[in-house]
Amino acid sequence: MSNDSSQSPPDRRPLIAFAWLWVGAPLAYGLYELVQKATKLFTG
Amino acid sequence: MSPPVAPAGWSRWLVPPAALSVHLSIGQAYAWSVFKPPLESSLGLSGTQSALPFQLAIVMLGLSAAFGGTLVERNGPRWAMTVALVCFSSGFLISALGAATEQYWLIVLGYGFVGGIGLGIGYISPVSTLIKWFPDRPGMATGIAIMGFGGGALIASPWSTQMLQSFGTDSSGIALAFLVHGLSYAVFMALGVLLVRVPRGENREGTAGAPSAFQGPQVSANTAVRTPQFWCLWVVLCMNVTAGIGILEKAAPMIQDFFKNTSTPVSVSASAGFVALLSAANMAGRIGWSSTSDLLGRKNIYRVYLGFGAVMYALIALFGDSSKPLFVLCAMVILSFYGGGFATVPAYLKDLFGTYQVGAIHGRLLTAWSTAGVLGPLIVNWIADHQKAAGKSGASLYELSFIIMIGLLVVGFVANELVRPVNARHHIPAPREETVDVERQQPESA
Repeated sequence: MSNDSSQSPPDRRPLIAFAWLWVGAPLAYGLYELVQKATKLFTG
Repeated sequence: MSPPVAPAGWSRWLVPPAALSVHLSIGQAYAWSVFKPPLESSLGLSGTQSALPFQLAIVMLGLSAAFGGTLVERNGPRWAMTVALVCFSSGFLISALGAATEQYWLIVLGYGFVGGIGLGIGYISPVSTLIKWFPDRPGMATGIAIMGFGGGALIASPWSTQMLQSFGTDSSGIALAFLVHGLSYAVFMALGVLLVRVPRGENREGTAGAPSAFQGPQVSANTAVRTPQFWCLWVVLCMNVTAGIGILEKAAPMIQDFFKNTSTPVSVSASAGFVALLSAANMAGRIGWSSTSDLLGRKNIYRVYLGFGAVMYALIALFGDSSKPLFVLCAMVILSFYGGGFATVPAYLKDLFGTYQVGAIHGRLLTAWSTAGVLGPLIVNWIADHQKAAGKSGASLYELSFIIMIGLLVVGFVANELVRPVNARHHIPAPREETVDVERQQPESA
C-alpha cells in the first residue's frame, strides 16, 4: 500500500474549472435573459 | 451516511459550486408562476388553486429547515444534498404523473409537499460546511450559495417558458415539462452531492486551506433558541424580509400606479423590466453586501440594511412619484438589502453561536422568513385595496404601507442594537482534539 504523505496531491484545477462552468453556464443564461427583460424598463 | 471528509489537497473552491448546484436548482420555486396559467387553462383551476403547490412548498421549506436542521448537522452535507435532490426531483416526477393523469392533488403533493422538503433541506445543506471552509470570509461564502437561490428563478423562468412553448400548454405538455425538470435538476444537483466535502482538522497533515471545524465559543441549536440573541436576530430577519417583500410583491403594479398620472407613465412591458432589475439587485445584494459584512462586521451591515432601508422607503414615499430614476434606484437598494439580509444571517449566527450547529440554528431562524412571507404581502395588498376602495389612486395607494415598512425597519434596527455576545453559560464545553478526530473526521471511505 502506498504512503499518501509521500505523494503530492492531485491537481484540482481542471475539476475546479469544470465545477464552476457547470454552475456558471446556466447562471450566465439566466443573467442574459434578465438583462434582456430589464432593458424594457428604458425602451418599452 | 458519514460526512465526506476532504482528502489531502482538496480545494475549498470546490465547495461553493457544490452549494450553487443545489441552490440554483431549488431557487426554481420562485418561477412557479410560469406554470400557473397553463395549469389553470388545462385543469380548470382558479388562481388561488394553482398557487397551492408553491404555497405548500414554501411552508414545507420553513418546516423542514426548522425541524430537519439537526439531522443535517448530524448526517452532513452530502446526506442533506442527497435528500434535497431526491425530494426536489421526485416532486417534479410526481407532478408529471399528476399532470398526465389530470389529478391535481398529485401536483400539490409532489411539488408542494415532497418538493418543499427538498427546498428546506437543500437551502440549509451547504451553509454549515461553507462557513467551516471559509472561516475568514463566511459572509462571502454563504453569500455565493444564497445568491444561487435568487439566481435559480432567473434560470428557470425563461427555461420553463421555452419548454412549455415547445411541449404545449395542455396537460400532456405540462407533464412532459415537469418530467424534464425533474430529471434535469437531478443531474444538475448530483454535482453538489459528489463534490461536497467537510474540512479536516487544521492539525492534520495536508490541510492547507482546510481550517478547523470548531473555533471559538460554540452553542447548540437547542440552547440557541432559548437565548435573546436568537430572537433578536429572528426579529431583524423578519422585519428586513417583510420590508423587501413589501416592494417585491407588488413591484409591477406599484411602478405603474406611481407614474400613472405623470408625463412619464410606465407600460406593462416596462414594469416587467423593473421587476427584472429588482431581481438583479436582490441577487447582487446577496453576494455583494454579504461579502462586505466580512469587512464591516455583521452588526454594522444590518445597521445599513435596516437604517438606510428606512431612509430609502422615506425617499420613495416623499419624492418617489416625482422622479422615476429615484424611485427605481431606491427600490433597487431596498431589494439589495433584502437579499443581503438573507445571505448575511448565517455568518451572523456563526459569529454568535459558532459553527457547531449553525446549519440547524439557521434552519430554525428561517421561520422568520415564513412569517415575513405572510406579513409583507398582507400589509401591502390589504392597505392598497382599502385605499383604492376609499377612492385614492396612484402613489397614495402605497403611502401608508411605506410608513408601516419604515416602522418595521426601525423595530428591526432596535432589535439589532440589542444583540450582544452570547453568555458563556450557554457555550458547550470545548472538545478535546482526540474527540474531534474520532467523532468529526471520519475517513472518506466510510
